[in-house]
Amino acid sequence: MSKIKHILPYEVSDQELITGIAQGDSRAINKLYKFFFPSISRMIINNNGSDDEAKDIFQDAVMVLYDRLTQGKFELNSKLSTFLYAVSRRLWLKHLTRKGVTSKTSDISDFEDILKIEDDVERHEIIESNFRQMSFALEQLGEPCKTLLHDFYIVNMSMQEIKEKFGYTTTDNAKTQKYKCLQRLKKLFFNTSKLDK
Amino acid sequence: MRRQDFLDWADQYMRGELSKEDQIAFEEYCKEHPEITVLLEEHTSFLKLWKDTEERKALRLALAKEGKNIKSNSSLFSSQKILSLWSRLQINAAVAATVALVSVFSTLWLTGYFTNIKKATTDYSALRREMNSVKRNVNEQNKVIRDINNNKTKNTTPIHFGATGFMLTKDGYVVTNNHVINGADSVHLQNSKGQSFRAKIVYSDAIKDLAILHIDDTGFKPLKNVPYTFKKQKSELGEDIYTIGFPRDEAVYGQGYLSSNTGYVGDTIAYQISIPVNPGNSGGPVLDNQGNIIGIISGKQKGIDGAAFAIKTKELIETLNRIPADSLKGNIVLNNKNTLANLPRTEQIKKLQDYIYIVKVF
Repeated sequence: MSKIKHILPYEVSDQELITGIAQGDSRAINKLYKFFFPSISRMIINNNGSDDEAKDIFQDAVMVLYDRLTQGKFELNSKLSTFLYAVSRRLWLKHLTRKGVTSKTSDISDFEDILKIEDDVERHEIIESNFRQMSFALEQLGEPCKTLLHDFYIVNMSMQEIKEKFGYTTTDNAKTQKYKCLQRLKKLFFNTSKLDK
Repeated sequence: MRRQDFLDWADQYMRGELSKEDQIAFEEYCKEHPEITVLLEEHTSFLKLWKDTEERKALRLALAKEGKNIKSNSSLFSSQKILSLWSRLQINAAVAATVALVSVFSTLWLTGYFTNIKKATTDYSALRREMNSVKRNVNEQNKVIRDINNNKTKNTTPIHFGATGFMLTKDGYVVTNNHVINGADSVHLQNSKGQSFRAKIVYSDAIKDLAILHIDDTGFKPLKNVPYTFKKQKSELGEDIYTIGFPRDEAVYGQGYLSSNTGYVGDTIAYQISIPVNPGNSGGPVLDNQGNIIGIISGKQKGIDGAAFAIKTKELIETLNRIPADSLKGNIVLNNKNTLANLPRTEQIKKLQDYIYIVKVF
Protein backbone atom coordinates (compact mmCIF):
# COMPACT_ATOMS: atom_id res chain seq x y z
CA MET A 1 0.00 0.00 0.00
CA SER A 2 2.78 2.38 0.89
CA LYS A 3 4.13 1.91 -2.63
CA ILE A 4 0.84 2.93 -4.19
CA LYS A 5 0.63 6.01 -2.01
CA HIS A 6 4.07 6.97 -3.15
CA ILE A 7 3.16 6.74 -6.81
CA LEU A 8 -0.02 8.76 -6.65
CA PRO A 9 0.42 12.55 -6.85
CA TYR A 10 0.05 14.12 -3.48
CA GLU A 11 -2.88 16.44 -3.08
CA VAL A 12 -2.51 20.19 -3.23
CA SER A 13 -5.49 22.09 -1.94
CA ASP A 14 -7.39 24.44 -4.25
CA GLN A 15 -6.68 27.35 -1.93
CA GLU A 16 -2.94 26.85 -2.21
CA LEU A 17 -3.20 26.88 -5.97
CA ILE A 18 -5.40 29.97 -5.98
CA THR A 19 -2.99 32.00 -3.88
CA GLY A 20 -0.15 30.67 -6.04
CA ILE A 21 -1.83 31.84 -9.23
CA ALA A 22 -2.70 35.24 -7.77
CA GLN A 23 1.02 35.70 -7.11
CA GLY A 24 1.99 34.30 -10.51
CA ASP A 25 3.93 31.45 -8.92
CA SER A 26 5.36 29.19 -11.63
CA ARG A 27 5.09 26.05 -9.49
CA ALA A 28 1.38 26.73 -9.03
CA ILE A 29 1.04 27.12 -12.80
CA ASN A 30 2.84 23.83 -13.33
CA LYS A 31 0.51 22.06 -10.91
CA LEU A 32 -2.47 23.67 -12.57
CA TYR A 33 -1.45 22.15 -15.87
CA LYS A 34 -0.72 18.79 -14.34
CA PHE A 35 -4.01 18.47 -12.52
CA PHE A 36 -6.56 20.12 -14.75
CA PHE A 37 -5.21 20.32 -18.27
CA PRO A 38 -5.64 16.62 -19.24
CA SER A 39 -9.40 16.53 -18.74
CA ILE A 40 -9.92 19.86 -20.49
CA SER A 41 -7.70 18.98 -23.43
CA ARG A 42 -9.58 15.69 -23.77
CA MET A 43 -12.87 17.58 -23.83
CA ILE A 44 -11.65 19.98 -26.50
CA ILE A 45 -9.88 17.41 -28.65
CA ASN A 46 -12.99 15.25 -28.59
CA ASN A 47 -14.95 18.25 -29.84
CA ASN A 48 -13.14 19.19 -33.03
CA GLY A 49 -10.22 20.87 -31.27
CA SER A 50 -6.49 20.53 -31.59
CA ASP A 51 -3.94 20.28 -28.83
CA ASP A 52 -2.82 23.89 -29.42
CA GLU A 53 -6.37 25.16 -29.30
CA ALA A 54 -6.86 23.23 -26.09
CA LYS A 55 -3.87 24.98 -24.62
CA ASP A 56 -5.11 28.40 -25.70
CA ILE A 57 -8.50 27.73 -24.17
CA PHE A 58 -6.92 26.46 -21.00
CA GLN A 59 -4.75 29.57 -20.73
CA ASP A 60 -7.80 31.76 -21.28
CA ALA A 61 -9.64 29.86 -18.60
CA VAL A 62 -6.77 30.44 -16.19
CA MET A 63 -6.87 34.13 -17.06
CA VAL A 64 -10.60 34.16 -16.26
CA LEU A 65 -9.71 32.65 -12.92
CA TYR A 66 -6.95 35.22 -12.46
CA ASP A 67 -9.29 38.09 -13.26
CA ARG A 68 -11.77 36.78 -10.79
CA LEU A 69 -9.07 36.56 -8.17
CA THR A 70 -7.62 40.02 -8.85
CA GLN A 71 -11.11 41.50 -8.63
CA GLY A 72 -10.97 40.43 -5.01
CA LYS A 73 -13.20 37.39 -5.18
CA PHE A 74 -10.78 34.92 -3.71
CA GLU A 75 -13.63 32.59 -2.73
CA LEU A 76 -14.70 29.97 -5.23
CA ASN A 77 -18.14 28.47 -4.76
CA SER A 78 -17.06 25.28 -6.51
CA LYS A 79 -14.01 23.12 -6.83
CA LEU A 80 -11.20 24.62 -8.86
CA SER A 81 -11.34 21.74 -11.34
CA THR A 82 -15.06 22.25 -11.91
CA PHE A 83 -14.62 25.98 -12.36
CA LEU A 84 -11.81 25.63 -14.87
CA TYR A 85 -13.64 22.90 -16.76
CA ALA A 86 -16.85 24.88 -16.99
CA VAL A 87 -15.07 28.04 -18.06
CA SER A 88 -13.06 26.16 -20.67
CA ARG A 89 -16.23 24.61 -22.00
CA ARG A 90 -17.95 27.94 -22.23
CA LEU A 91 -14.96 29.53 -23.96
CA TRP A 92 -14.68 26.62 -26.37
CA LEU A 93 -18.36 26.83 -27.25
CA LYS A 94 -17.99 30.53 -27.95
CA HIS A 95 -14.96 29.79 -30.07
CA LEU A 96 -16.87 27.20 -32.03
CA THR A 97 -19.89 29.40 -32.64
CA ARG A 98 -17.54 32.12 -33.83
CA LYS A 99 -16.07 29.61 -36.25
CA GLY A 100 -19.58 28.57 -37.27
CA VAL A 101 -19.26 24.98 -36.19
CA THR A 102 -22.29 24.11 -34.11
CA SER A 103 -23.56 20.83 -35.37
CA LYS A 104 -21.13 18.47 -33.72
CA THR A 105 -20.96 20.00 -30.30
CA SER A 106 -24.23 18.74 -28.93
CA ASP A 107 -22.63 16.61 -26.29
CA ILE A 108 -21.00 19.54 -24.52
CA SER A 109 -23.68 22.15 -25.09
CA ASP A 110 -26.23 19.78 -23.62
CA PHE A 111 -24.62 20.18 -20.24
CA GLU A 112 -26.67 22.14 -17.81
CA ASP A 113 -24.88 25.15 -16.43
CA ILE A 114 -24.64 24.66 -12.73
CA LEU A 115 -22.16 27.44 -12.18
CA LYS A 116 -22.80 31.08 -12.91
CA ILE A 117 -19.61 31.40 -14.86
CA GLU A 118 -21.25 33.61 -17.49
CA ASP A 119 -20.53 36.74 -15.44
CA ASP A 120 -16.95 35.72 -14.97
CA VAL A 121 -16.45 35.15 -18.65
CA GLU A 122 -18.01 38.49 -19.58
CA ARG A 123 -16.00 40.42 -17.05
CA HIS A 124 -12.94 38.67 -18.36
CA GLU A 125 -13.72 39.78 -21.86
CA ILE A 126 -14.10 43.44 -20.88
CA ILE A 127 -10.85 43.39 -18.94
CA GLU A 128 -9.19 41.54 -21.75
CA SER A 129 -10.17 44.20 -24.29
CA ASN A 130 -8.86 46.95 -21.97
CA PHE A 131 -5.58 45.17 -21.66
CA ARG A 132 -5.40 44.59 -25.33
CA GLN A 133 -5.79 48.34 -25.88
CA MET A 134 -3.06 49.02 -23.37
CA SER A 135 -0.68 46.58 -25.02
CA PHE A 136 -1.53 48.02 -28.39
CA ALA A 137 -0.92 51.56 -27.16
CA LEU A 138 2.43 50.54 -25.67
CA GLU A 139 3.49 48.95 -28.92
CA GLN A 140 2.53 52.08 -30.83
CA LEU A 141 4.48 54.28 -28.45
CA GLY A 142 7.92 53.38 -29.75
CA GLU A 143 11.38 53.89 -28.26
CA PRO A 144 12.74 55.46 -26.15
CA CYS A 145 9.40 56.46 -24.56
CA LYS A 146 8.35 52.85 -24.00
CA THR A 147 11.51 51.88 -22.09
CA LEU A 148 11.63 55.16 -20.24
CA LEU A 149 8.08 54.83 -18.91
CA HIS A 150 8.56 51.16 -18.21
CA ASP A 151 11.72 51.83 -16.24
CA PHE A 152 10.07 54.57 -14.22
CA TYR A 153 6.61 53.17 -13.53
CA ILE A 154 7.06 49.41 -13.64
CA VAL A 155 10.70 48.83 -12.64
CA ASN A 156 10.56 51.83 -10.25
CA MET A 157 13.89 53.32 -11.29
CA SER A 158 14.70 56.75 -9.82
CA MET A 159 14.78 59.85 -12.02
CA GLN A 160 18.53 60.09 -11.44
CA GLU A 161 19.13 56.59 -12.86
CA ILE A 162 16.93 57.33 -15.84
CA LYS A 163 18.84 60.52 -16.54
CA GLU A 164 22.10 58.53 -16.65
CA LYS A 165 20.68 55.63 -18.61
CA PHE A 166 19.18 57.77 -21.36
CA GLY A 167 21.91 60.41 -21.33
CA TYR A 168 19.83 63.49 -20.37
CA THR A 169 21.75 66.47 -19.14
CA THR A 170 19.46 67.23 -16.18
CA THR A 171 16.75 65.35 -14.30
CA ASP A 172 14.36 68.14 -15.28
CA ASN A 173 14.91 67.28 -18.94
CA ALA A 174 14.23 63.65 -18.12
CA LYS A 175 11.07 64.64 -16.24
CA THR A 176 9.83 66.68 -19.20
CA GLN A 177 10.54 63.77 -21.52
CA LYS A 178 8.67 61.40 -19.18
CA TYR A 179 5.64 63.72 -19.07
CA LYS A 180 5.53 64.00 -22.86
CA CYS A 181 5.81 60.25 -23.26
CA LEU A 182 3.05 59.63 -20.76
CA GLN A 183 0.79 62.12 -22.49
CA ARG A 184 1.38 60.34 -25.81
CA LEU A 185 0.65 56.97 -24.29
CA LYS A 186 -2.59 58.23 -22.78
CA LYS A 187 -3.57 59.75 -26.08
CA LEU A 188 -2.86 56.49 -27.92
CA PHE A 189 -4.78 54.47 -25.36
CA PHE A 190 -7.88 56.65 -25.32
CA ASN A 191 -7.89 57.03 -29.08
CA THR A 192 -7.94 53.27 -29.65
CA SER A 193 -10.68 52.86 -27.08
CA LYS A 194 -12.68 55.52 -28.88
CA LEU A 195 -12.07 53.69 -32.14
CA ASP A 196 -13.29 50.47 -30.55
CA LYS A 197 -16.52 52.07 -29.51
CA MET B 1 1.07 75.00 -11.29
CA ARG B 2 1.54 73.23 -14.57
CA ARG B 3 0.01 69.77 -15.15
CA GLN B 4 3.46 68.35 -15.80
CA ASP B 5 4.82 69.57 -12.47
CA PHE B 6 1.75 68.39 -10.62
CA LEU B 7 1.91 64.88 -12.13
CA ASP B 8 5.61 64.68 -11.38
CA TRP B 9 4.85 65.66 -7.83
CA ALA B 10 2.06 63.02 -7.71
CA ASP B 11 4.45 60.34 -9.00
CA GLN B 12 6.93 61.23 -6.29
CA TYR B 13 4.13 61.10 -3.70
CA MET B 14 2.94 57.66 -4.84
CA ARG B 15 6.45 56.29 -4.92
CA GLY B 16 7.00 57.53 -1.37
CA GLU B 17 9.92 59.75 -2.29
CA LEU B 18 8.58 62.81 -0.56
CA SER B 19 9.42 63.98 2.94
CA LYS B 20 6.66 64.15 5.57
CA GLU B 21 6.07 67.90 5.15
CA ASP B 22 5.90 67.53 1.36
CA GLN B 23 3.38 64.67 1.67
CA ILE B 24 1.14 66.83 3.84
CA ALA B 25 1.61 69.74 1.43
CA PHE B 26 0.59 67.52 -1.50
CA GLU B 27 -2.55 66.32 0.27
CA GLU B 28 -3.40 69.90 1.22
CA TYR B 29 -2.91 71.00 -2.36
CA CYS B 30 -5.30 68.29 -3.61
CA LYS B 31 -7.93 69.41 -1.10
CA GLU B 32 -7.62 73.01 -2.16
CA HIS B 33 -7.89 72.24 -5.86
CA PRO B 34 -10.80 69.80 -6.39
CA GLU B 35 -10.46 70.07 -10.17
CA ILE B 36 -6.97 68.58 -9.94
CA THR B 37 -8.18 65.40 -8.21
CA VAL B 38 -9.94 64.35 -11.43
CA LEU B 39 -6.62 64.50 -13.16
CA LEU B 40 -4.99 62.59 -10.31
CA GLU B 41 -7.62 59.85 -10.37
CA GLU B 42 -7.32 59.45 -14.08
CA HIS B 43 -3.56 59.26 -13.74
CA THR B 44 -3.60 56.62 -11.00
CA SER B 45 -6.22 54.44 -12.64
CA PHE B 46 -4.32 54.60 -15.90
CA LEU B 47 -1.14 53.55 -14.16
CA LYS B 48 -2.94 50.75 -12.34
CA LEU B 49 -4.34 49.45 -15.60
CA TRP B 50 -0.89 49.53 -17.07
CA LYS B 51 0.65 47.68 -14.13
CA ASP B 52 -2.10 45.08 -14.27
CA THR B 53 -1.43 44.69 -17.97
CA GLU B 54 2.20 44.00 -17.25
CA GLU B 55 1.34 41.46 -14.58
CA ARG B 56 -1.14 39.74 -16.83
CA LYS B 57 1.36 39.68 -19.61
CA ALA B 58 3.86 38.04 -17.30
CA LEU B 59 1.33 35.44 -16.21
CA ARG B 60 0.32 34.73 -19.79
CA LEU B 61 3.94 34.30 -20.75
CA ALA B 62 4.48 31.97 -17.81
CA LEU B 63 1.38 30.00 -18.77
CA ALA B 64 2.43 29.71 -22.39
CA LYS B 65 5.95 28.68 -21.39
CA GLU B 66 4.66 26.08 -18.96
CA GLY B 67 2.20 24.93 -21.61
CA LYS B 68 5.02 24.23 -24.02
CA ASN B 69 6.83 22.14 -21.46
CA ILE B 70 3.71 20.28 -20.49
CA LYS B 71 2.75 19.55 -24.04
CA SER B 72 6.08 18.12 -25.02
CA ASN B 73 6.23 15.64 -22.20
CA SER B 74 2.67 15.15 -21.04
CA SER B 75 2.07 11.94 -22.96
CA LEU B 76 5.58 10.73 -22.19
CA PHE B 77 5.04 11.49 -18.55
CA SER B 78 1.80 9.57 -18.29
CA SER B 79 3.20 6.53 -20.05
CA GLN B 80 6.24 6.62 -17.80
CA LYS B 81 3.95 6.73 -14.85
CA ILE B 82 1.99 3.75 -16.08
CA LEU B 83 5.22 1.91 -16.79
CA SER B 84 6.59 2.59 -13.36
CA LEU B 85 3.32 1.54 -11.79
CA TRP B 86 3.44 -1.66 -13.79
CA SER B 87 7.06 -2.40 -12.98
CA ARG B 88 6.42 -1.81 -9.31
CA LEU B 89 3.33 -3.96 -9.15
CA GLN B 90 4.47 -6.65 -11.58
CA ILE B 91 5.50 -9.05 -8.87
CA ASN B 92 2.36 -8.42 -6.87
CA ALA B 93 0.27 -9.05 -9.96
CA ALA B 94 2.11 -12.27 -10.71
CA VAL B 95 1.72 -13.51 -7.15
CA ALA B 96 -1.95 -12.59 -7.12
CA ALA B 97 -2.56 -14.39 -10.40
CA THR B 98 -0.73 -17.47 -9.19
CA VAL B 99 -2.63 -17.56 -5.93
CA ALA B 100 -5.90 -17.15 -7.79
CA LEU B 101 -5.09 -19.97 -10.21
CA VAL B 102 -3.87 -22.32 -7.50
CA SER B 103 -6.87 -21.68 -5.30
CA VAL B 104 -9.34 -22.10 -8.16
CA PHE B 105 -7.91 -25.39 -9.31
CA SER B 106 -7.30 -26.79 -5.85
CA THR B 107 -10.87 -25.93 -4.90
CA LEU B 108 -12.17 -27.59 -8.04
CA TRP B 109 -10.01 -30.62 -7.35
CA LEU B 110 -11.00 -30.84 -3.69
CA THR B 111 -14.68 -30.63 -4.49
CA GLY B 112 -14.26 -33.45 -6.98
CA TYR B 113 -15.12 -31.28 -9.95
CA PHE B 114 -12.74 -33.09 -12.29
CA THR B 115 -13.92 -36.56 -11.34
CA ASN B 116 -17.46 -35.36 -11.83
CA ILE B 117 -16.57 -34.20 -15.32
CA LYS B 118 -15.15 -37.59 -16.07
CA LYS B 119 -18.27 -39.24 -14.80
CA ALA B 120 -20.53 -36.89 -16.65
CA THR B 121 -18.79 -37.34 -19.96
CA THR B 122 -18.98 -41.11 -19.99
CA ASP B 123 -21.84 -43.34 -19.10
CA TYR B 124 -19.78 -46.42 -19.67
CA SER B 125 -19.27 -48.33 -16.49
CA ALA B 126 -16.65 -50.96 -16.02
CA LEU B 127 -18.00 -53.95 -14.20
CA ARG B 128 -15.54 -54.59 -11.42
CA ARG B 129 -16.91 -54.58 -7.94
CA GLU B 130 -15.55 -53.14 -4.77
CA MET B 131 -15.38 -56.15 -2.54
CA ASN B 132 -14.97 -54.57 0.84
CA SER B 133 -16.62 -51.23 0.55
CA VAL B 134 -19.14 -51.79 3.33
CA LYS B 135 -16.65 -53.48 5.57
CA ARG B 136 -14.14 -50.80 4.86
CA ASN B 137 -16.52 -48.01 5.70
CA VAL B 138 -17.43 -49.68 8.98
CA ASN B 139 -13.77 -50.27 9.73
CA GLU B 140 -12.94 -46.66 8.99
CA GLN B 141 -15.65 -45.49 11.33
CA ASN B 142 -14.56 -47.80 14.07
CA LYS B 143 -11.00 -46.70 13.64
CA VAL B 144 -11.94 -43.07 13.83
CA ILE B 145 -13.84 -43.75 17.02
CA ARG B 146 -10.93 -45.75 18.43
CA ASP B 147 -8.35 -43.16 17.45
CA ILE B 148 -10.36 -40.21 18.55
CA ASN B 149 -7.98 -39.57 21.42
CA ASN B 150 -4.67 -40.50 19.86
CA ASN B 151 -3.72 -38.78 16.70
CA LYS B 152 -1.91 -41.73 15.18
CA THR B 153 -2.71 -42.19 11.57
CA LYS B 154 -2.88 -45.77 10.51
CA ASN B 155 -2.70 -47.19 7.05
CA THR B 156 -6.12 -47.31 5.52
CA THR B 157 -7.29 -50.56 4.07
CA PRO B 158 -6.46 -50.51 0.38
CA ILE B 159 -9.35 -50.69 -2.03
CA HIS B 160 -10.03 -54.22 -3.05
CA PHE B 161 -11.78 -55.22 -6.25
CA GLY B 162 -13.37 -58.34 -7.48
CA ALA B 163 -14.19 -59.58 -10.96
CA THR B 164 -14.26 -62.71 -13.09
CA GLY B 165 -11.65 -64.42 -15.18
CA PHE B 166 -11.45 -67.69 -17.08
CA MET B 167 -8.89 -70.20 -18.23
CA LEU B 168 -7.27 -69.88 -21.61
CA THR B 169 -5.14 -72.99 -21.32
CA LYS B 170 -4.97 -75.84 -18.84
CA ASP B 171 -1.50 -74.76 -17.65
CA GLY B 172 -2.73 -71.69 -15.90
CA TYR B 173 -3.18 -68.77 -18.33
CA VAL B 174 -6.24 -66.77 -17.42
CA VAL B 175 -7.85 -63.80 -19.12
CA THR B 176 -9.67 -60.92 -17.49
CA ASN B 177 -10.16 -57.17 -18.09
CA ASN B 178 -7.36 -54.67 -17.86
CA HIS B 179 -9.51 -52.33 -15.77
CA VAL B 180 -9.79 -55.06 -13.14
CA ILE B 181 -6.08 -55.46 -12.53
CA ASN B 182 -5.10 -51.89 -13.30
CA GLY B 183 -3.02 -50.55 -10.43
CA ALA B 184 -3.05 -53.87 -8.60
CA ASP B 185 -0.52 -54.74 -5.90
CA SER B 186 -1.32 -58.41 -6.14
CA VAL B 187 -3.86 -60.54 -7.94
CA HIS B 188 -5.43 -63.71 -6.58
CA LEU B 189 -7.65 -66.17 -8.37
CA GLN B 190 -10.18 -68.24 -6.51
CA ASN B 191 -11.89 -71.25 -8.05
CA SER B 192 -15.36 -72.57 -7.38
CA LYS B 193 -14.04 -74.95 -4.71
CA GLY B 194 -12.72 -72.03 -2.73
CA GLN B 195 -9.03 -72.59 -3.47
CA SER B 196 -7.07 -69.39 -3.98
CA PHE B 197 -3.98 -69.03 -6.14
CA ARG B 198 -1.60 -66.16 -6.58
CA ALA B 199 -1.35 -64.92 -10.16
CA LYS B 200 1.00 -62.60 -11.95
CA ILE B 201 0.13 -60.27 -14.76
CA VAL B 202 1.70 -61.45 -17.97
CA TYR B 203 0.35 -58.82 -20.31
CA SER B 204 -2.22 -56.11 -20.30
CA ASP B 205 -3.75 -54.08 -23.07
CA ALA B 206 -5.48 -50.91 -21.93
CA ILE B 207 -7.04 -50.11 -25.31
CA LYS B 208 -8.67 -53.49 -25.78
CA ASP B 209 -9.22 -53.68 -22.01
CA LEU B 210 -7.73 -57.15 -21.78
CA ALA B 211 -5.23 -58.62 -19.34
CA ILE B 212 -3.53 -62.01 -19.42
CA LEU B 213 -2.65 -63.53 -16.07
CA HIS B 214 -0.66 -66.62 -15.23
CA ILE B 215 -1.27 -68.67 -12.11
CA ASP B 216 2.05 -68.62 -10.35
CA ASP B 217 1.38 -70.76 -7.32
CA THR B 218 2.82 -74.04 -6.13
CA GLY B 219 -0.61 -75.18 -4.99
CA PHE B 220 -1.94 -75.09 -8.51
CA LYS B 221 -2.25 -78.37 -10.35
CA PRO B 222 -2.84 -78.30 -14.08
CA LEU B 223 -6.40 -79.16 -14.94
CA LYS B 224 -7.83 -81.28 -17.66
CA ASN B 225 -8.11 -79.68 -21.07
CA VAL B 226 -10.45 -76.69 -21.13
CA PRO B 227 -13.83 -77.84 -22.40
CA TYR B 228 -14.60 -74.80 -24.57
CA THR B 229 -13.16 -73.45 -27.78
CA PHE B 230 -12.70 -69.89 -28.96
CA LYS B 231 -14.81 -68.74 -31.87
CA LYS B 232 -12.90 -66.23 -33.98
CA GLN B 233 -15.63 -65.79 -36.59
CA LYS B 234 -18.26 -63.14 -36.20
CA SER B 235 -21.33 -64.26 -34.33
CA GLU B 236 -24.80 -63.49 -35.60
CA LEU B 237 -27.28 -61.05 -34.12
CA GLY B 238 -29.91 -62.72 -31.99
CA GLU B 239 -27.69 -65.63 -31.08
CA ASP B 240 -28.54 -67.24 -27.80
CA ILE B 241 -25.66 -66.65 -25.37
CA TYR B 242 -24.91 -67.03 -21.68
CA THR B 243 -22.28 -66.12 -19.12
CA ILE B 244 -21.08 -67.14 -15.72
CA GLY B 245 -19.58 -64.53 -13.48
CA PHE B 246 -19.00 -63.44 -9.92
CA PRO B 247 -20.99 -60.33 -9.14
CA ARG B 248 -20.99 -61.86 -5.65
CA ASP B 249 -18.87 -64.55 -4.08
CA GLU B 250 -21.03 -67.26 -5.65
CA ALA B 251 -21.10 -68.02 -9.36
CA VAL B 252 -24.06 -66.39 -11.09
CA TYR B 253 -25.48 -67.57 -14.38
CA GLY B 254 -26.87 -65.05 -16.85
CA GLN B 255 -28.56 -65.66 -20.17
CA GLY B 256 -29.45 -63.45 -23.12
CA TYR B 257 -28.77 -62.73 -26.75
CA LEU B 258 -26.32 -60.92 -28.92
CA SER B 259 -27.96 -57.60 -29.67
CA SER B 260 -25.46 -55.65 -31.74
CA ASN B 261 -22.21 -56.11 -33.60
CA THR B 262 -20.64 -53.00 -32.12
CA GLY B 263 -20.01 -51.94 -28.57
CA TYR B 264 -20.22 -48.68 -26.67
CA VAL B 265 -20.62 -45.74 -29.10
CA GLY B 266 -19.90 -47.89 -32.11
CA ASP B 267 -16.80 -49.56 -30.69
CA THR B 268 -15.93 -52.31 -33.20
CA ILE B 269 -13.85 -54.41 -30.84
CA ALA B 270 -16.92 -55.36 -28.80
CA TYR B 271 -20.42 -56.76 -29.10
CA GLN B 272 -23.45 -55.38 -27.43
CA ILE B 273 -25.14 -58.18 -25.55
CA SER B 274 -28.35 -58.34 -23.65
CA ILE B 275 -27.49 -60.19 -20.49
CA PRO B 276 -28.15 -58.82 -17.02
CA VAL B 277 -24.67 -58.05 -15.71
CA ASN B 278 -23.45 -56.33 -12.59
CA PRO B 279 -20.18 -55.13 -11.12
CA GLY B 280 -18.09 -58.25 -10.75
CA ASN B 281 -19.12 -59.73 -14.09
CA SER B 282 -16.14 -58.07 -15.76
CA GLY B 283 -13.86 -60.60 -17.41
CA GLY B 284 -16.52 -63.27 -17.54
CA PRO B 285 -16.77 -65.52 -20.62
CA VAL B 286 -19.65 -65.15 -23.06
CA LEU B 287 -20.55 -68.51 -24.60
CA ASP B 288 -22.92 -69.55 -27.32
CA ASN B 289 -25.11 -72.66 -27.39
CA GLN B 290 -22.31 -74.92 -28.52
CA GLY B 291 -19.97 -73.81 -25.76
CA ASN B 292 -17.80 -71.56 -27.90
CA ILE B 293 -16.38 -68.46 -26.26
CA ILE B 294 -17.46 -65.51 -28.34
CA GLY B 295 -16.42 -62.70 -26.03
CA ILE B 296 -15.35 -61.36 -22.64
CA ILE B 297 -17.69 -59.15 -20.67
CA SER B 298 -16.19 -55.73 -20.01
CA GLY B 299 -18.81 -53.15 -19.13
CA LYS B 300 -22.28 -51.77 -19.58
CA GLN B 301 -23.95 -48.54 -20.45
CA LYS B 302 -25.52 -46.68 -17.59
CA GLY B 303 -29.09 -45.60 -17.93
CA ILE B 304 -29.87 -48.06 -20.72
CA ASP B 305 -31.48 -51.38 -19.94
CA GLY B 306 -29.77 -54.51 -21.15
CA ALA B 307 -26.86 -52.83 -22.86
CA ALA B 308 -23.79 -54.75 -21.78
CA PHE B 309 -20.61 -55.06 -23.78
CA ALA B 310 -18.35 -57.98 -24.46
CA ILE B 311 -14.95 -57.81 -26.14
CA LYS B 312 -14.82 -60.03 -29.21
CA THR B 313 -12.75 -63.23 -29.08
CA LYS B 314 -10.94 -62.09 -32.22
CA GLU B 315 -9.47 -59.22 -30.23
CA LEU B 316 -8.38 -61.64 -27.49
CA ILE B 317 -6.50 -63.73 -29.99
CA GLU B 318 -4.86 -60.68 -31.52
CA THR B 319 -3.77 -59.64 -28.04
CA LEU B 320 -2.37 -63.09 -27.34
CA ASN B 321 -0.36 -62.94 -30.56
CA ARG B 322 1.17 -59.63 -29.56
CA ILE B 323 2.54 -60.90 -26.21
CA PRO B 324 6.33 -60.92 -26.46
CA ALA B 325 7.62 -64.49 -26.44
CA ASP B 326 10.03 -63.99 -23.55
CA SER B 327 7.28 -63.08 -21.12
CA LEU B 328 5.66 -66.49 -21.64
CA LYS B 329 6.61 -69.94 -20.44
CA GLY B 330 6.02 -71.78 -23.62
CA ASN B 331 3.37 -70.88 -26.12
CA ILE B 332 -0.26 -70.32 -25.33
CA VAL B 333 -1.95 -72.99 -27.34
CA LEU B 334 -5.69 -72.57 -27.33
CA ASN B 335 -7.83 -75.65 -27.10
CA ASN B 336 -9.60 -76.63 -30.29
CA LYS B 337 -11.61 -79.54 -29.05
CA ASN B 338 -15.02 -78.61 -27.80
CA THR B 339 -16.46 -81.05 -25.28
CA LEU B 340 -19.52 -78.99 -24.50
CA ALA B 341 -21.15 -78.92 -27.89
CA ASN B 342 -23.92 -81.42 -27.49
CA LEU B 343 -24.53 -81.14 -23.78
CA PRO B 344 -27.56 -79.55 -22.24
CA ARG B 345 -27.00 -76.13 -20.67
CA THR B 346 -26.88 -77.35 -17.07
CA GLU B 347 -24.25 -79.92 -17.90
CA GLN B 348 -22.24 -77.35 -19.77
CA ILE B 349 -22.27 -75.10 -16.74
CA LYS B 350 -21.17 -77.89 -14.43
CA LYS B 351 -18.18 -78.58 -16.66
CA LEU B 352 -17.38 -74.89 -17.06
CA GLN B 353 -17.35 -73.94 -13.44
CA ASP B 354 -13.89 -75.28 -12.67
CA TYR B 355 -12.40 -73.02 -15.30
CA ILE B 356 -13.94 -69.76 -14.18
CA TYR B 357 -12.30 -67.83 -11.36
CA ILE B 358 -13.04 -64.97 -9.08
CA VAL B 359 -10.29 -62.44 -9.64
CA LYS B 360 -9.43 -60.67 -6.42
CA VAL B 361 -7.26 -57.64 -6.68
CA PHE B 362 -5.52 -56.04 -3.74
